[in-house]
Amino acid sequence: MHPVLKTVLQRLGLGLLTLFVVSVLIFASLEMLPGGFAEAILGQGATPETVAAFNKQIGLDRPAAVRYVEWIWNILHGDFGYSYAGMGGSIKRSVSDLIAPRLYNTFFLAIMTAIVAVPLSLFLGIMAALYRNSWYDRTVNAVTLTTIATPEFFIAYLLMFFLAIKAKWFPTLSTVSESTTLLEHLWRAGLPAITLTLVIVAHMMRMTRAALINLLASPYMEMAQLKGVPRREAIVKHALPNAWAPIATVIAFNLAYLVVGVVVVEVVFVYPGIGQLMVDAVSSRDMPVVQACALIFAATYILLNLSADVVSIITNPRLLHPK
Amino acid sequence: MTAQAPNLRSVRARRSFLESARRTLATAPWSAWFGMIVIVIYVIAAVFAPWLAPYGESDVVGKAYQPSGPEFWLGTDQIGRDLLSRLIYGARNTIGIAFLTTMLSFAIGGTLGVLTAHRRGWLDQLVSRVVDAFLAIPVLIFALMLLAVAGKSIINLILILALLDSTRVFRLARATALNVVVMDYVEAAKLRGEGMGWIIFKEVLPNILPPLITEFGLRFCFVFLTIAALSFLGVGIQPPTADWGSMVAESKTLITFPVRTFPWIPAPFYPAIAIALLTVAINFVVDWFLHKTSGLRDEK
Amino acid sequence: MKSDTQRVKGEALLEIRGLKIEGNSDGVWHPIVKGVDLTLKRGEVLGLIGESGAGKSTIGLAAMGFARPGCRIVDGTIMFDGIDLRAASEAEKRHLWGARIAYVAQSAAAAFNPAHRLIDQTVETAVRDGIRTRDQAVADSVDLYRRLQLPNPEHIGDRFPHQVSGGQLQRAMTAMAMSCRPDLIIFDEPTTALDVTTQVEVLAAMRNIVEQFHTAAIYITHDLAVVAQMADRIMVLRHGLEVEEAPTREMLKEPKQDYTKTLWAVRSLVKEESISDDVTLSVRNVDASYSGVVKVLDNVTVCLPRGRTVAVVGESGSGKSTLARAITGLLPPSKGEIQFNGKVLPKALKDRDKDTLRRIQMIYQSADTSLNPRQTIRDIIGRPLEFYHGVKGAARDRRVAELLDAIELDESYIDRLPTELSGGQKQRISIARALAAQPDIIICDEVTSALDQIVQEEILTLLMKLQKETNVSYLFITHDIATVRAISDEIVVMHQGKVVQQGPKTQVLNPPHPPYTELLLSSVPQMDPDWLTNLLADRARAKVKA
Repeated sequence: MHPVLKTVLQRLGLGLLTLFVVSVLIFASLEMLPGGFAEAILGQGATPETVAAFNKQIGLDRPAAVRYVEWIWNILHGDFGYSYAGMGGSIKRSVSDLIAPRLYNTFFLAIMTAIVAVPLSLFLGIMAALYRNSWYDRTVNAVTLTTIATPEFFIAYLLMFFLAIKAKWFPTLSTVSESTTLLEHLWRAGLPAITLTLVIVAHMMRMTRAALINLLASPYMEMAQLKGVPRREAIVKHALPNAWAPIATVIAFNLAYLVVGVVVVEVVFVYPGIGQLMVDAVSSRDMPVVQACALIFAATYILLNLSADVVSIITNPRLLHPK
Repeated sequence: MTAQAPNLRSVRARRSFLESARRTLATAPWSAWFGMIVIVIYVIAAVFAPWLAPYGESDVVGKAYQPSGPEFWLGTDQIGRDLLSRLIYGARNTIGIAFLTTMLSFAIGGTLGVLTAHRRGWLDQLVSRVVDAFLAIPVLIFALMLLAVAGKSIINLILILALLDSTRVFRLARATALNVVVMDYVEAAKLRGEGMGWIIFKEVLPNILPPLITEFGLRFCFVFLTIAALSFLGVGIQPPTADWGSMVAESKTLITFPVRTFPWIPAPFYPAIAIALLTVAINFVVDWFLHKTSGLRDEK
Repeated sequence: MKSDTQRVKGEALLEIRGLKIEGNSDGVWHPIVKGVDLTLKRGEVLGLIGESGAGKSTIGLAAMGFARPGCRIVDGTIMFDGIDLRAASEAEKRHLWGARIAYVAQSAAAAFNPAHRLIDQTVETAVRDGIRTRDQAVADSVDLYRRLQLPNPEHIGDRFPHQVSGGQLQRAMTAMAMSCRPDLIIFDEPTTALDVTTQVEVLAAMRNIVEQFHTAAIYITHDLAVVAQMADRIMVLRHGLEVEEAPTREMLKEPKQDYTKTLWAVRSLVKEESISDDVTLSVRNVDASYSGVVKVLDNVTVCLPRGRTVAVVGESGSGKSTLARAITGLLPPSKGEIQFNGKVLPKALKDRDKDTLRRIQMIYQSADTSLNPRQTIRDIIGRPLEFYHGVKGAARDRRVAELLDAIELDESYIDRLPTELSGGQKQRISIARALAAQPDIIICDEVTSALDQIVQEEILTLLMKLQKETNVSYLFITHDIATVRAISDEIVVMHQGKVVQQGPKTQVLNPPHPPYTELLLSSVPQMDPDWLTNLLADRARAKVKA
């Protein structure tokens, strides 16, 4: 088998394994609950009978391994079970139904941010690396360091204060519903997107700069210079072919960061995404929803890192052209 | 060469340490100076909070949402507690909890990292694989999930965050220690017949301390921001404990009603600025430290 | 391209006057080159030789009008064929680089771009500058590959850098430098990273092609014997200043400066051979492998007599360092046994008792990595005293002072850290640490390879003095034949994990040799400008005979 294919398959296998272990961890976290759910949901005053009945109703009386297999089987078929929130009442709410519209909103926000943030930060990072130690580089370094060290919610409130309350360019709250038009959605998601962009650009451009400086310091770049290759040509012809792996890593890392960043930003702007859903579910200890959200976040995270690794593998000349 | 000698040495070492510290400080850029001063002020505020704060941590001393004035310098919050006092106590609580968590995380991650780097073998394999799985899930998400399971309390918060963060510390400690355990002086100690204790504490640890100290600053910032985020989300430090993250959340409605007349900053911004200032300060110091220890890293 | 009539020796091609270069460390500029003059005629090869810190590579790059980041040319003139390189713009210099001045770097593996085929990198400058069309340039490269005796010249260019060996890459880089037929090539330690047997082929190829095209060259190295084969004239540098300059033969025959003689200090050191049957350590039919697949040691048998020195010599990958790991127990042998003072030595380190460990000590190649940078000399030398002999406190300090005296260091060094010492001093401390245990055997793994010649000589002399005083045995692992001559009683030649030959020094160094010993010994450059020419002639004759 070609080494590239072999390495890619190995990496994919490892990714699947990680996904499996993570799903076990998420499932097991439910088992570790002290005191049991029923008490947490039904309250301290619940009689042993009601607790037993509740446990039976949600299936907690069967062995953990059986429930895990069932759980993962259902998830693979798009069924995340039922929310605890509706358990007591007459209407059972399926977790999938709860999540689906919110997942759309979150991805909408994430993609909107990525479209702006990725090219912007690559551009800024490349400029900083090419003109390193210039005043531009120093300024950008101080600004990004400050941005990284600032909590997301602070940046979010600052933007809200200036752009929504003072300037009134954006709505303070980013409420959207299924009836919201695309244009309206873009406008309403504007502030959260700008907040996320600011945070991510800071991270991504610093990483781009570091990766590029590392690359430009390679002996073969000095050789290109001493062969009389003009700087621009040297970067395009000699640095770029070796840059895909670090660039992919930087992008994947930051898109993964975006996944986490949305939680806080969604809460600040009351944007109906999956992050806000998860925080609500954590507060009310609605475990099926928490598990589903955690699994979705983790899977996205793992898949992003996986794709970066695959890019690194398929652009590695040592693997592409084996001895 | 008599009993005097060890004494002489320590004097020499101490003097040269002070000397080099003084010389190093003299070359510190303004950003590092700014950072160090801010950190010192915060530490003072945290340690002496009961003496510095004009009112108690959760005493209701006035009406709700009073603007700033001579009585309450920064005004009062939604149930009439003095904001300045809560800010000062917040320093103690938020920084204290973050510091404890980071210490715990370093104790777990650092020990395991150095141990596995030295021992290798199955233990290393096992711990590394488990850590990889943990690293595959973002800290904030994992913390949210575990807090949902274990319930919201400060002890749970510290334990959960320390556990999650220790995986990152483990990775760094292991990687740094791996660079050191392959050194010939460690091999020389093994060939001499030294035990594990000597090798870890005398040969390896002193050499990985500088990068670990730098990392401590960065991990502290990360833990501190995560705690602030969790508290802001309402699942971290719980009221009535004064904490900067939850204070932002409690007063967030005030942003749309700027009732403050002085100093014209909306109330939610005080604790947010307090958080940002500290992390920026630490980052400035760490950045300078990294630059110093790595020399002309950019140029190579 | 210029006509051949212009390429006549005699006319000055490169003139450097009063060159001063500074380097930056920790924000402070300090001088690296302190005023050097240099003249190079067309078609002439100048050897720049010096030890670490002499500034030779910096001067080589400055000859192109180039300074590495962190360096700056502060004074002097650099005239290349009437062009002032210090005043030239980046664009003007870029026009010269590759086309009229070319550079061959020390590590070809790092200097070739891993993402492009060799041929594309070879023809890059010629095609871009419009000197040749791509087809012409490719045909020319194949011709150059052939002249440089690269295997399969038609197709080797289609390979990627990681697909060919180090010696071949170095020749490919020479082809790349030659592709525009430059007036001047800078060779910056091009064979330093290669094994001696590979070095011969590369040297021959480079010398040959420079002669064929009548190219002027600056050849930078720390090895006088190597530069003697390549250069018409040699300039000796030290601490950024010229020591002396002379035609090669003159320089070798009668150097004017004492410093120049120290550049071959080790070669002047020869130990009287002394044979003994009193064996202290014997390795018998030992096999060893990492991960159990590839045998790194294959049926190795070696004897070490008491109070004598056995040199284990071989190239990289010969298994000589693995032998040391097998003896110390770091890599337990998979077959065979090791006897020590008449008893079988437990294979693994952890099964050996403290007294056995004490009796076998080790000294490493790099004192930078073998001395803990956070421990003072007192702790480093004192620990074995405390650990093996239970000597503590003032008694320990007294003993440390005695040991410092034995290694000819002042006892005031006791409170220093290793970073405060020079390379040679650090290696002395390693020796003192080994001596502190009062061992029967010291394994020396390339202990002098990282040091300058004069320091090597001092360390070797010290080791011999200590052997006389303590009757310790040395197992001396090295790749350097001059060192072997200087210190050994017996020699073990290793190749690909096997012992090729073991015997008394005079026997191994004198013919008849087994084929590999012959190849190895004949490949070591000699202080004779005709050595390479004669060797190539001998080998050609032998080939014809075969």
